[in-house]
Amino acid sequence: MKFLPDQIVARLQTGMQTPDLSGTRYRALELLGHGGMGTVWLAQDSILQRPVALKVLAAENSSADLAARLMQEAVVLARLEHPGIVPVHDAGTLADGRTFYCMKLVEGQTLDHYARKLPLRERLRLFQRIAEPLAFAHSRGIIHRDLKPANVMVGPFGEVLVMDWGLAKVMAATSASSATGQVSEHVTDATGLSSTGTQVSGHEFTRAVQGPFGSGALAPENSTAHGTVLGTPGYMAPEQERGEVNLIDQRTDIFAMGSILQSLLQEPPGSPEGESYSRPLRAICAKAMSAEMSARYASVQELAADVGRYLDGLPVSAYRENIFERTARLVSRNRVAVVLVLAYLFMRLLFILFSRR
Amino acid sequence: MSNKIVLGLVLGGVLGILDGLTAWFTPAVRAGIVGIVFGSTFKGLIAGVLIGVFARKVHSLALGILFGLAVGAFLAWIIAFMQHGYYFQIMLPGAMVGLIVGYATQKYGASSQLQRA
Repeated sequence: MKFLPDQIVARLQTGMQTPDLSGTRYRALELLGHGGMGTVWLAQDSILQRPVALKVLAAENSSADLAARLMQEAVVLARLEHPGIVPVHDAGTLADGRTFYCMKLVEGQTLDHYARKLPLRERLRLFQRIAEPLAFAHSRGIIHRDLKPANVMVGPFGEVLVMDWGLAKVMAATSASSATGQVSEHVTDATGLSSTGTQVSGHEFTRAVQGPFGSGALAPENSTAHGTVLGTPGYMAPEQERGEVNLIDQRTDIFAMGSILQSLLQEPPGSPEGESYSRPLRAICAKAMSAEMSARYASVQELAADVGRYLDGLPVSAYRENIFERTARLVSRNRVAVVLVLAYLFMRLLFILFSRR
Repeated sequence: MSNKIVLGLVLGGVLGILDGLTAWFTPAVRAGIVGIVFGSTFKGLIAGVLIGVFARKVHSLALGILFGLAVGAFLAWIIAFMQHGYYFQIMLPGAMVGLIVGYATQKYGASSQLQRA
């Protein structure tokens, strides 16, 4: 038996989710997305007169643990001041008791949507730029743990932003971690829970708006798995899948970067097999995604540098090429010089042949 | 990457030697091969230095190639003028050597500022 029409139920649900922003400088405008932990709202900052994004803990999830987790996520983000990481402007508790934080509103497309129409070399350059904020985070002792194309946004001016640090892990013994005083002795999740505590995954919140690149979908394609295992299937390193939280370090993110690279190498259906199937690129993916952590790249910079070497026509560390491949690469890299020398030799040969007549 | 002038000098010299040695295949001039190789090498070295200096001053692939072509052709013309003949056989390879050196110095030569850094 149905008492209320669906539209009214939907409006009531939205009304319940709408955060009580009274007493704050923000005014909720539009629901951008929702996930396992909370909702993200487009809001207007009434003082600075600019649109912002508010991540608010869902009313039904307002437990102390999740509130601490959201706050820890804000703290992690605040610690990561980098052009490739969304800046946090504000954080606190609303009048209705829900925890929130305010961040820059990111408009653009997720990597998987954006990269679809790019040629391979552009995709690889984009990949290198994802590595920059990640390397910065690693240098601050923070591991993302949920890297995937849906968590990378490309803005209207081509700016690359790594999003959703909700599952980030703060490594111990870093200057940054000691600053907060909220980090356990060994490892602490962005949840603020120790590695042995209950772990709940988050969801990404991405907004794709109509812009110069067209429109994109609001809903994420891959949702983060729930349970003791944190991350997204298909992008999780083996140690992450096994729930070996203490083993997780930057090489776990490197595995995910390898998965992202692999997804970027996939050509759209129907397009011919081209450079993306080159052995060095496959070898880079394979090295980054090694089951053995020690066999992976030691740092994300090394991975990006190998991709850069490929782009520059240089040998990559992940692949030992044979003499024919090496020659082909050198010829390809110095095509004009080879053509000039060959033209010179051909001309000389003609001169010799004609002089003998 | 080596210095543009050094690269021009080395490349001009090597190509000059090779250019001179090919005269061995022309029976009419085989007797004077030593003089031809020396002359050709000297011409290559001068062309290499000039093209290298130009590459250091002007950072343009097209202009570098054009300058190399012009210098190579001009120096070869002087040689051909002194020989009273073989203009085509001397000027075409000379111009091509200049072109190759011009391309190489622009493409592969490192500027001295970069080397100091």
